[in-house]
Amino acid sequence: MTGPLRIGFIPLVDAAALIVAVDKGFAAAEGLDVTLVREVSWSNVRDKLNIGLFDAAHLLAPVAIASSLGLGHVKVPIVASFNLGLNGNAITVSPALHAAIMAEIDGDPFDPMVTALALSRVVAARRNSGTEPLTFGMTFPFSTHNYQLRFWMAAGGVDPDEDVHMVVLPPPYMVDSLASGQVDAFCVGAPWNSVAVDLGVGHILHFVSDILVRAAEKVLAVRQNWSEKNPQVLAALIRAASRAAEFIEQPENRAEAARMLARPERIGVDADVILRTLDGRLKISPDGTMRESSRYLLVGREGAARPEPAQAAWLYAQMVRWGQAAISPEALRIAEGAFRPDLYDSALGLPGGDADPPAFGSVGAFAGPVFDPADITGYLASFEVFRRAP
Amino acid sequence: MGSESSPKIVIVDESPIRAAILEEGLREAGFTGVVHISEMQNLLARIYALDPDVILIDLENPSRDVLEQMFQVSRAVRRPIAMFVDQSDAASIQASVDAGVSAYIVDGLKKERIKPILDLCISRFNAFAKLQDELDRAKSALEDRKVIDRAKGILMKLKGLTEDEAYVLLRSTAMREKKKIGEIAQSILTASELLK
Repeated sequence: MTGPLRIGFIPLVDAAALIVAVDKGFAAAEGLDVTLVREVSWSNVRDKLNIGLFDAAHLLAPVAIASSLGLGHVKVPIVASFNLGLNGNAITVSPALHAAIMAEIDGDPFDPMVTALALSRVVAARRNSGTEPLTFGMTFPFSTHNYQLRFWMAAGGVDPDEDVHMVVLPPPYMVDSLASGQVDAFCVGAPWNSVAVDLGVGHILHFVSDILVRAAEKVLAVRQNWSEKNPQVLAALIRAASRAAEFIEQPENRAEAARMLARPERIGVDADVILRTLDGRLKISPDGTMRESSRYLLVGREGAARPEPAQAAWLYAQMVRWGQAAISPEALRIAEGAFRPDLYDSALGLPGGDADPPAFGSVGAFAGPVFDPADITGYLASFEVFRRAP
Repeated sequence: MGSESSPKIVIVDESPIRAAILEEGLREAGFTGVVHISEMQNLLARIYALDPDVILIDLENPSRDVLEQMFQVSRAVRRPIAMFVDQSDAASIQASVDAGVSAYIVDGLKKERIKPILDLCISRFNAFAKLQDELDRAKSALEDRKVIDRAKGILMKLKGLTEDEAYVLLRSTAMREKKKIGEIAQSILTASELLK
């Protein structure tokens, strides 16, 4: 047994591999004594990880990069050596905005380019009639949710900083804010989209997998200096999380995993909602319309758990695109270096090297050219809507 | 009011008692411009309207993430606000996180002017936690006494004991089993419910 570990998490379904690793005994089998600490904000998780109150944390992938770069906050190098999930978010809109978009739609409503163009017509009509701009809720400035919303609407010509309001809201407040009209739409992880649909206050417009085929969402993060001092402990943690991810991905285990996650001291929502999320089978409209996707949330399957530096580079490119970070080869190197497939491979006894197949290393966005980490300037120049760093 | 006089302080806290304790402490220390926000709706808009020099928020508050947006949308803010995290002052950060409070300050406010505010904040938050703890303990002691009284009653009735004898039996059982008297009393109540 190593010394006790304290690991922070936010009650979301994409903490599944971490929670199951502990509650199903995979961590103990690796000789780890883990206490999971449920947190209420990403700021708390980041700060407690940074100052050493947590040994590891369930963290937004972009926060690991921002912290390593010292963006918006104190600079503490963070390493992500296990990816807790790919995708898993959805964009939910109010019934009124849903009706407005559907009235303008010209094509397949699951095609994000079609909806983005419809949104731009809705936005233009509101501007012409002097109506208040639409407000979109997301979870954190350095979040996949922020970048996914921006990527989507900008593809249709909507400038997220000029044409609409983007506001941060804690996930548990999203549904109420949509119901009260404080926001017109939001992008958030499970279970909150389903909760809005079940209450009849929202329609799921998109799974983020419509926008990006593979988007690194949450990582298992540790401080870089901690990883250097505790390589064996980190390797054991990666193995425990990996076994948990494999367990969750077996369909026959999902009901048990969902019950484990549903406990009040873990995620604390209905096991059935969690099961639907893991299965990628979601009710998208209050009228009961269901939608299935094999890409809704990937916990370990299709190489999802391996942290790919190209994913980190794409997230860094979004920070540059929206004026959060200046562009520099040094910053790119730091961002890519926050994702550590080498630690993942060595913990699991894998041969290492590049993503295999290569497609596992790409985000697969619905718009824009294929992303090339070696040419972020060229990549960003192809987009009409972007900010410059201040 | 300029930042050279008394800085304007906003307390974001859903606990009215803790906010009152902190506010009182700040006023006693001569900080007169203190505003308490307890309602989280439109938090950012209200903060912009108040235009504070210092923002104090409890760590149990999910709306802390909302404040992080202040660093991003600089167009909407008249003055940039930075979190009070001086990399050289790790002890102070640790103490504030331990106490459960976080501080944000406007850029340019001198560190020596912030230090007394943060120290006061930490001590008042700790005092509140101690108070809460004592209250919880008093509550549970009261609960224990009720449970023990009921268990004594059951023992007296079933075994024909006096009140003192019933208590001695509870206490000796607790000592033998290395448990609290309250726990033994609770198991007697549970058993008697089951055997009804």
